[in-house]
Amino acid sequence: MQVYADNAATTKMSKAAIEAMLPYFDKTYGNPSSLHTPGQEAKEALEDARARIAGCIGCEPREIYFTSGGSEADNQAIRSAAYYGARKGKKHIISTAFEHHAVLHTLEKLEKEGFEVTLLDVKTNHNITARQVRDAIREDTCLVSVVYGNNEIGSLLPIAEIGEVCKQAGVPFHTDAVQAVGHVAINVKQENIDLLSLSAHKFHGPRGAGVLYARRGFPLTNLIEGGAQERGKRAGTENLPAIMGMAAALEEACANLEDNQKKVTALRDKLVAGLSKIPHCAMNGDPDHRLPGIVSFCFEGIEGESLLLLLDAQGIYASSGSACTSGSLDPSHVLLAIGRVHDVAHGSLRLSLSHYNTEEEIDYILETVPQVVSLLRNMSPVWRDLQNGVRQYIL
Amino acid sequence: MALYSEVVMDHFTHPRNVGFIEDADGVGQVGNAKCGDIMKIYLKIENDMIVDVKFETFGCGSAIASSSMATEMIKGKPLSEALKLTNKAVAEALSGLPAHKMHCSVLAEEAIKSAVKDYYDRNGIEYDHTQFPDCENCAHCHE
Repeated sequence: MQVYADNAATTKMSKAAIEAMLPYFDKTYGNPSSLHTPGQEAKEALEDARARIAGCIGCEPREIYFTSGGSEADNQAIRSAAYYGARKGKKHIISTAFEHHAVLHTLEKLEKEGFEVTLLDVKTNHNITARQVRDAIREDTCLVSVVYGNNEIGSLLPIAEIGEVCKQAGVPFHTDAVQAVGHVAINVKQENIDLLSLSAHKFHGPRGAGVLYARRGFPLTNLIEGGAQERGKRAGTENLPAIMGMAAALEEACANLEDNQKKVTALRDKLVAGLSKIPHCAMNGDPDHRLPGIVSFCFEGIEGESLLLLLDAQGIYASSGSACTSGSLDPSHVLLAIGRVHDVAHGSLRLSLSHYNTEEEIDYILETVPQVVSLLRNMSPVWRDLQNGVRQYIL
Repeated sequence: MALYSEVVMDHFTHPRNVGFIEDADGVGQVGNAKCGDIMKIYLKIENDMIVDVKFETFGCGSAIASSSMATEMIKGKPLSEALKLTNKAVAEALSGLPAHKMHCSVLAEEAIKSAVKDYYDRNGIEYDHTQFPDCENCAHCHE
């Protein structure tokens, strides 16, 4: 059996999304900036996609800016708010310790440019509260940027409450909603979101397409200079096939959101219940407020890369936050941020599901993971020390 | 998977000499859990010959494969030969390791040397200290 359980990394494209893209490669292939008929047909399709995407997140079409993906949208949102704040003498940014690198690395760059960044602690419940945000806001805060749902551990943040806090304080609010859009219901107006990033390939759309939603009137800073595309805020000929695929995928995801959410949540809960039976393990992420599809565990005494390779050999495709998979000496910053020590953070496993997964696949995962964990533990000197009392169990 | 050579995958999924020796004559352990890799080598030695060797490894696929290959390379060999085993020889025997995984082969070399050193220490055998790694002060985990 082959089980793709890495949907937080990327997803299989839906048939509807693929079909929606095809005409724009060789039929309606004009440049939307061209005045001639094929160009204007392309322009019409582009604006139609914009309106449909806007409808899915509850904003106006003119508030949608097409980007190359989630990372670009995060970069542009944060820099825009930072430079807008700086013009008014505000150079303080609030974010969290478990953001995606697209956010964290942008913030690190801004720190070098003289901005001050407060990263909220995420150890309690592996989440943050709106209260933490309120307490961190200062006179000179120019942006609050928090992830909507965490990509590694699945914690779903209290976005509407944080939006309310930011609105009250008059501070712009950005959310990296890359893992959430198409999976949980989102309405940017009701949740008081000023800036939001999304990425097509996380909801069964194509790679290379994303969106920055920016509330009407929010002053954006260009990352890419050139032509007047995207109201002059993002130059470059629009990736029309990908944008059409994104619109189709998002519409499909939103139309089936409740059913998919129900199905995927049930699979996830079954997986969590089964994996929890493995001795000396711990689930990562907020146990009560979670994205439907993301399951993350740490298993004591083993290392994540070897776990992934053995699962791969059994046809289970997952991911890990171990150092060996991150390409550095440190395990995932997210696992460290929630308080997992290095020793156990190395032994992490993330399984991320979609509505394409089946109950049989979950059964197969639950049959295989305990075997693989036990195999690796039996060759681990750490496990022997734990069993003999030479080393103390952490989990 | 193209990440590793077929030899690495073979030794990782079918590790040779995995386990431990209750009455080992020399035991060596290198690495630490914080870094994500620990290698432990158990030696059974008779007349300066390695008559049996087992390993336990906490680590990635290449760490497990390096341990497996290294134990194969020293089993039945005299101690003098085991001490000459280099990480390069282990990596070559594995048909190569990705650049960022070369330290796994270093761990294998050091674990073996550390086990031999333990045997020498236990039996009061004189040896040249410079030929053994100083794991306490190794930079690998402290970069």
